[in-house]
Amino acid sequence: MNQQKSFKAGSRLEKVLLSGHFAVTAELGPPKSADLELVRRKIGYLKSYVDAANITDNQTAIVRLSSIATATVLCQNGLEPVIQMTCRDRNRIAIQSDILGAYALGIKNILCLTGDHQSLGNHPGARGVFDLDSIQLVQMLKVMRDEKRFLCGEEIRNSPKAPVVEPRMFIGAAANPFGDPFELRVVRLAKKIPAGADFIQTQCIYDMKRFRQWMQQVQDKGLHQKVHILAGLTPLRSVRMAQYMKQSVAGVTIPDEIIQRMAQAKDPAEEGVKICVEQIEELKEIEGIAGIHLMAVAWEKIVPVIVERAGLMPRPSV
Amino acid sequence: MVVAERKPLYEIRDVIQGCRKILILGCGTCTTVCMAGGEKEVSILATELRMLDKGLQTVEATIERQCDKEFIEEIRYKAEQCDAILSMACGAGVQLVAEVFEDKAVYPALNTKFIGVSEGQGRWSEFCSACGDCILAETGGICPLTRCSKGLLNGPCGGSVEGKCEVDPEKLDCAWQLIYDRLKRLGRLDVLEKIREPKDWSKARDGGPRKVVREDVAL
Repeated sequence: MNQQKSFKAGSRLEKVLLSGHFAVTAELGPPKSADLELVRRKIGYLKSYVDAANITDNQTAIVRLSSIATATVLCQNGLEPVIQMTCRDRNRIAIQSDILGAYALGIKNILCLTGDHQSLGNHPGARGVFDLDSIQLVQMLKVMRDEKRFLCGEEIRNSPKAPVVEPRMFIGAAANPFGDPFELRVVRLAKKIPAGADFIQTQCIYDMKRFRQWMQQVQDKGLHQKVHILAGLTPLRSVRMAQYMKQSVAGVTIPDEIIQRMAQAKDPAEEGVKICVEQIEELKEIEGIAGIHLMAVAWEKIVPVIVERAGLMPRPSV
Repeated sequence: MVVAERKPLYEIRDVIQGCRKILILGCGTCTTVCMAGGEKEVSILATELRMLDKGLQTVEATIERQCDKEFIEEIRYKAEQCDAILSMACGAGVQLVAEVFEDKAVYPALNTKFIGVSEGQGRWSEFCSACGDCILAETGGICPLTRCSKGLLNGPCGGSVEGKCEVDPEKLDCAWQLIYDRLKRLGRLDVLEKIREPKDWSKARDGGPRKVVREDVAL
């Protein structure tokens, strides 16, 4: 029996989630240069502490080392990547081509995102593409994997006699329980599931009350049984960071209580880790949370500390 | 209507440098209504340019519209007396004037902004992208292609907060919040549950410059 057959992509992340383990993923931001040393250093922090690492795709519309290239280095170093793919910079032709390339290089997980608007980044004069939106991107990946066809309907083969070699990706999508209109947030999630999402990574959570309200709607619709939901967390490093995120990061809300804790702490970084670990404990108890996604922006080094302290070590072997 | 805005005076002056006599040509339709290139704006621009260059002669004219050759022909006599024409129409008008007066330099005095609506005195907003395949019937009469900064078809991105868009929360509404509110009022929230397929952009400008040919009215 070929067990591989029962998996959609056969990635480690898929296996961890399917076997019911509480999954741990983390974000790894590529450098604003071709400095692979930095990538290797970050791999060193995360390896064996997470099941897979998300490689951001020019996040906040700032040019960085490409997600697929960085992910390839992860593969070579034994850390499973989840490439992020935004709709901002590529049309449907470029995206499908990149998906073929990524799969051919050994990448098996992808997170589909709309992408931050180009006007917020370091090339505000750039033309935004947005040929597809994130839901259409998810759907296209599913068509490529399950129907073995391109979006145009053609089979994924080099010629009529050549073998069909389709990209088999474990497909992820994002959800932001803190964006508005709140009522539409679950509708959006509900659309992503039939479109083809296998897993969801949420925007970073600070407002646990609102997150619980959102999860209640998710549970009411039974969506948590159809998709693996990983709760997004970003450990705070300082009160300044908390204030910045509250004010300047679109779609992130931070309750005053957390800001206060950060402001009063003697060691704010330690307090940030403490808050994060408390959140993980709380999230573990919520029905339908399949794991966590740690977005320690430019602070990947802290991930092992959080994973250890949250009692999530060792990571399962699957 | 097509909404336009006048270019900065110094940019216009630099472009017409060397001209001794120019025709400043207003347009009586869209750019008159949006107060960028009508008779009044022609006269103001003429005065301003003469103040910057005492030797400059200006001839003023405003025609019904610059996107129709028959109206452009009306000012042939005036055009021929001048070194150059400064058009105060939208980009379409500027090009047609240049096509009619083949040997004459024609310069734009306006920046054409968008197809939009008036939202009270001195305020205009972009409402239509001329995508060639209208979907307003399914989006509560609000165009997400135009009014969502990312042109998303399946609902808001994560950057919609309290009805505002991440691109400029001070000035921009989230189109999907507007669509949601309107569909709610209409009792049609079910529309939002449908997955909208990728758009066929070949019907928009991505298919190349477009033409409309009506055999039934063509001569």
